[in-house]
Amino acid sequence: MTDLSKTGAAVGEPVRAAEAPETFLEVRDLKVHFPTDDGLVKSVDGLSFQLEKGQTLGIVGESGSGKSVTSLAVMGLHRLGNRGKNVQMSGEIWLDGKELVSASPDEVRRLRGRQMAMIFQDPLSAMHPYYTVGSQIVEAYRVHHDVDKKTARKRAVELLDRVGIPEPNKRVDSYPHEFSGGMRQRAMIAMALVNNPELLIADEPTTALDVTVQAQILDLIRDLQKEFGSAVIIITHDLGVVAEIADDILVMYGGRCVERGPVDKIFYEPQHPYTWGLLGSMPRIDREQTDRLIPVKGQPPSLINVPSGCAFNPRCPYADIPKGGITRTERPELREVGGRHFTACHLSQEDRTRIWTEEIAPKL
Amino acid sequence: MISYIIRRTIAAVILLLVVTAVTFGIFFLLPRLAGQTPDQLAAQYIGKNPSPEDIAAVKANLGLDKAVYEQYWDFIKGIVSGATYNLGPTTAKCEVPCFGYSFKNHTEVWPQLVDRLPVTASLAAGAAVLWLLSGVAAGVISALKPGSVFDRTAMGVALAGVSLPMFFTGQLALLVFSYQLDIFGRTYVPFTENPSQWANTLFLPWCSLALLYSAIYARLTRSGMLETMSEDFIRTARAKGLKERKVVLKHGLRAALTPIVTVFGMDIGLLLGGAVITESVFSLPGIGQYAVQAITDNDLPPILGVTLLAAFFVVLCNLVVDVLYATVDPRVRLS
Amino acid sequence: MAETTDDDKPLLKVEGLVKHFPIKKGLLQRQAGAVKAVDGIDFEVRRGETLGVVGESGCGKSTMGRLITRLLEPTGGKIEFDGKDITHLSTGGMRPFRRDVQMIFQDPYGSLNPRHTIGTIISAPFRLQGVEPEGGVKKEVQRLMGLVGLSPEHYNRYPHEFSGGQRQRIGIARALALNPKLVVADEPVSALDVSIQAQVVNLLDDLQEELGLTYVIIAHDLSVVRHVSDRIAVMYLGKIVELADGGKLYESPMHPYTKALLSAVPIPDPRRRSAKSERILLKGDVPSPISPPSGCRFHTRCWKATEICKTTEPPLLQLRPGQQVACHHPENFEDQAPQDTTLLAAAKEAAELVPEAERPAKTDDGDEA
Repeated sequence: MTDLSKTGAAVGEPVRAAEAPETFLEVRDLKVHFPTDDGLVKSVDGLSFQLEKGQTLGIVGESGSGKSVTSLAVMGLHRLGNRGKNVQMSGEIWLDGKELVSASPDEVRRLRGRQMAMIFQDPLSAMHPYYTVGSQIVEAYRVHHDVDKKTARKRAVELLDRVGIPEPNKRVDSYPHEFSGGMRQRAMIAMALVNNPELLIADEPTTALDVTVQAQILDLIRDLQKEFGSAVIIITHDLGVVAEIADDILVMYGGRCVERGPVDKIFYEPQHPYTWGLLGSMPRIDREQTDRLIPVKGQPPSLINVPSGCAFNPRCPYADIPKGGITRTERPELREVGGRHFTACHLSQEDRTRIWTEEIAPKL
Repeated sequence: MISYIIRRTIAAVILLLVVTAVTFGIFFLLPRLAGQTPDQLAAQYIGKNPSPEDIAAVKANLGLDKAVYEQYWDFIKGIVSGATYNLGPTTAKCEVPCFGYSFKNHTEVWPQLVDRLPVTASLAAGAAVLWLLSGVAAGVISALKPGSVFDRTAMGVALAGVSLPMFFTGQLALLVFSYQLDIFGRTYVPFTENPSQWANTLFLPWCSLALLYSAIYARLTRSGMLETMSEDFIRTARAKGLKERKVVLKHGLRAALTPIVTVFGMDIGLLLGGAVITESVFSLPGIGQYAVQAITDNDLPPILGVTLLAAFFVVLCNLVVDVLYATVDPRVRLS
Repeated sequence: MAETTDDDKPLLKVEGLVKHFPIKKGLLQRQAGAVKAVDGIDFEVRRGETLGVVGESGCGKSTMGRLITRLLEPTGGKIEFDGKDITHLSTGGMRPFRRDVQMIFQDPYGSLNPRHTIGTIISAPFRLQGVEPEGGVKKEVQRLMGLVGLSPEHYNRYPHEFSGGQRQRIGIARALALNPKLVVADEPVSALDVSIQAQVVNLLDDLQEELGLTYVIIAHDLSVVRHVSDRIAVMYLGKIVELADGGKLYESPMHPYTKALLSAVPIPDPRRRSAKSERILLKGDVPSPISPPSGCRFHTRCWKATEICKTTEPPLLQLRPGQQVACHHPENFEDQAPQDTTLLAAAKEAAELVPEAERPAKTDDGDEA
C-alpha cells in the first residue's frame, strides 16, 4: 500500500511512484522541511495516508506535531509567502489522479479553492476585515467561475443560507466584525464550499468557538459532507471532536504518523504509547471523576533536534522494554497491526496488547 | 459619523484659537515681559530708522499701548470683520479675513498668503504623487522579496534619501540639471499660465522633496506589507486560488496602506504650511519663502499669519485622515 | 487567627455582585448604556474546596474572577473575604488581602515579563509585600520551583527559554509565593497542549492537597472543570443559572442551559455517536450583554420557555440538596410554574431535540457510562 521502505530517503531525492493511485487523496512519504537560522525544521518528516471521497480523516496531534503544515502542504500553501521561499519538500500528494508536489505552482493554484478548499481556526483573522462577507465569497467563486458579479452574489446568498445564516440577503453585505464567532465560521465554510470542492480541509475549525457553537459547526460540517460527498480532513487537538466526526484517525507526533486507523480502533484498541498518553491526559465529561489524569511526562520534541530512534522515546514509559536500546537508535516503521490499523512502535504486539489491557485501559 | 465630524470641527476651532493665542503670546507678550517698551516694539514693525510719527502710527494701529488680551481680541476681530489701519496721510483697509498688516512691506498678510498658496500647493501635490508612487511601490516589492538585491538596494537608497539634507540634494540637482545641463527652468510660472513651464520648473523641487519622503514611505510600506502578508486573511486569499498579484494588491496592500494614510495626511498638512527649505533652495515664491523672509525681517504679522495657516492645514488634514480611515477600515467607528 | 472557629464560615462570600462597563456615545459622550458583564450574582466559596465556573464567552466569568480578586472595582454588591468586607477597599487597604488571594492567568507568556529572570518573577511578591522569607529569597524561590516541578537550577533563565507548560508552572509558583488562601485561576490550562494540560491539572490537584488551598477555577472546557471541581457554577449573560455539586450537575442538570451546554461537549467515545439521544443543539448566538433579554435571560433560546420566563426572572433557589438553580421549568425536577404551560413561539424552534427531551419528563438524564 504505502511505500514504507523509502522513509529514509533524503529530502530532495523523492521517490516517484510509477502510476497514480486509485484512492481519491493519497499522500506518500511527504516531507516538508524549513531551513531556519537555528537549523532545519522538519515539520513533516515522512507522512503517508489515504482518504476516499465521502470519508473524514481526523489528524490529531499537539502543537508542533506537523498537522497544520501537512494540511498547508496538501493545499500548496506552505510554499507561498516569505516562509515558503526556500521550503524543502519531497514525497507525493495525489489528488484525484494528479500529483501536486511536482505540479507547477499555477497548476496547484487552479485546484486550490475549487477542488480543494480550507477552513481555518480563527474566522475573525482569517477573513479580510475591509471587505464584506459577501464580496469575499463572491471573489472565491469568481476566481474559478467566469460569471458576472450578480450571479456570483446570488450564489453567495444561497450558500450563506445553506450554512444557516439568518437573513442571508441582508447579511451578505455585512463585514466580518459584524458577525458573531459562530456566524463567521459559518461564512468561512460557505466561502470554502462555494465551488463544491471535493476535498475540504478544516484546521481546528472549532477551537476558537464556544462549546454550543462548536456543536453547531460540527453538525453543519457533517451534514454538508453527506450532501456534497466530499472528502474531509479535520485537524484538531481535541480527541472529542474526532470521535464525533471522523471515520479514520491519524495521530501525529514530531512530524510523523505514530498511529493511524479506523476511529473505533484508535479509541478502543490504541496501539501506540503516545495515543495512550493522549487518552489518559484527557479529562472526561462522561465519566466519574477519577483521582488523577495520566499525563505524558516531559515536553513535545523540538522539530530541529528530533530525538533519534523513535521520536517519542524520551517521553515513553515503555521505551526500555524492547531490547538493545533499539528505541533510541532505530526509527520504528509504520506497520499494519490489523484491519487498516497501523502503528510505528518498537514494542512487540504482545507487549502492546498486555500493557493496554492490563495497565492503561482500566485507568481510563 | 456626522456627529463625529461636528465634534471634531468644534475641537479643531478651539485648537486653532489656542494656537493663535500661544503664537500671539510668544510674539507680543514675551517681548513686553522682557521689558521692551511699546515704542521699541513698534519700531520693530517698521523698516530701518523709523521716524517718531511712524512709530506713533504703528503703536496706535496695533494698539500696542493696550493690554495684550485686548490686542488679541482685536486680532481675532480682524479675521472676522476686517480692520482699518491709519497710516498718517493714507489709510489701509485690511479686508476680511484680516490676518494682519505688514508695516515693513506695506502689504496685507492674507492676500500674500493667498498668492503664495498655489505655489506651495503645487510643490506639495506634485511631490506627494511622486513619493507615494515610488515609495509605496519600492516598499511593496521589497516586502515581497525581503533580503533580495532589490530590497537591499531600495532600502540603501531610502537610508541615503533620509540622511541627505535637502540643501545638499536640492543644490546639487539645481547645479547639474539646471545650471549645467539647462534642462529645467528656475523661474516659477503658474499652472494657469503655462502648464508645461510650470511642471518644468517644479520638476527638480518635486524630485528633491520626493526623494526625502519616498524614503520614509518605502520603509513604512515595507514594514506594513511584511506584517500584513503574514496575516491569516492573506492565507485565506491564497486558499481561494487567487493569483499572487491579486493577493498582494487587493488583500495585502489595502490593509498595509492604512497607517500610510495617517502619515500622509500629517505630511501634506505640514507641507502646505510651507516647505521652507525646498522653497528657499529653489527660490519658489511660496508660503515657506514668505515665512523665511518675514523671520529675517523680524516682521511679526506675516509670521503669525503663516503659523496660523500651517496650524489650520495640519488640523484639517488630520480630520480628513480620520474620516478617510473610517471609510477604508469598516471596523473603525467614528464616535 | 483561630482557623478552627472559622472553618464553617465560607472563605469567600459574594452577594448581589454587579459589574457594568459603561458605553459612551454622542456629541457629549454621555453614557448610552452599559455592558452588563456581571449582573447580580451570589455564591460562596468554602475553605479547601474548588469552585469551578463555566460558561461561554461573554457570560461574565472572567469579569467575575477579576472582581473577586479586586482587580476590578465592583459596580454593586458585596464581596466578603474571610469575614472581612473587601468590596471597596482602597489599594492600600487591599495590601494584606493581596497576600491571601492570588490569580493565575490563561496566557502563561503574556503574564510574565520577558526581561526578568524566573527568579525575579517568582520573588516579585516578596518584594512587593516586603516579606523576607525564612532562609532568604533565593532559597524560598527554589523551593517553590521544586514544588511546581521546575528545576531549581533554572533560577536565572528567562521566560522564553521555557515551554508553555513550564511557563504556566512559573505563574503558579509566583501565585503560591505568599502562601495564599484562595487561588483564582482564569483558564489556567486552555492555552496548553493536551498532554501538558494534564500535567498542570494534576499539579493543581497536588498543590491543593499539600497546601490546603481553595480554588476558584474559571474555564470554558467543561471536561476540565468537571475533573477539578467540587462544586460548579454555570453562568449565562452575567447570571449564575445553576450552582451545584460537580457530580449532580453533570448527572442530572436542572437548568436547560446547563443541559444544552453539557450535551454539546464532544465525547471522546465514538460508539456514543449513534446513541446520541440526549443531544440538544441550541440555535443562534448568545444575546448581547448590553440589553439582555427580560425575565429569564435564557428564554430567547430555551425550548421550554413560557410566558412567565419572559416576564419574571427566576431566583437562584436550592431545589435539591447541593443543587441551586434559577429556572421556572427545571429539568429533572418538578415544574416551578406548572400553571404556565403554553410554550413561547420562539421556544418551538430554539433547539434541535430528540423526542424524549422535548417534554419535561421527571427523569430523562442520560445513561452516564
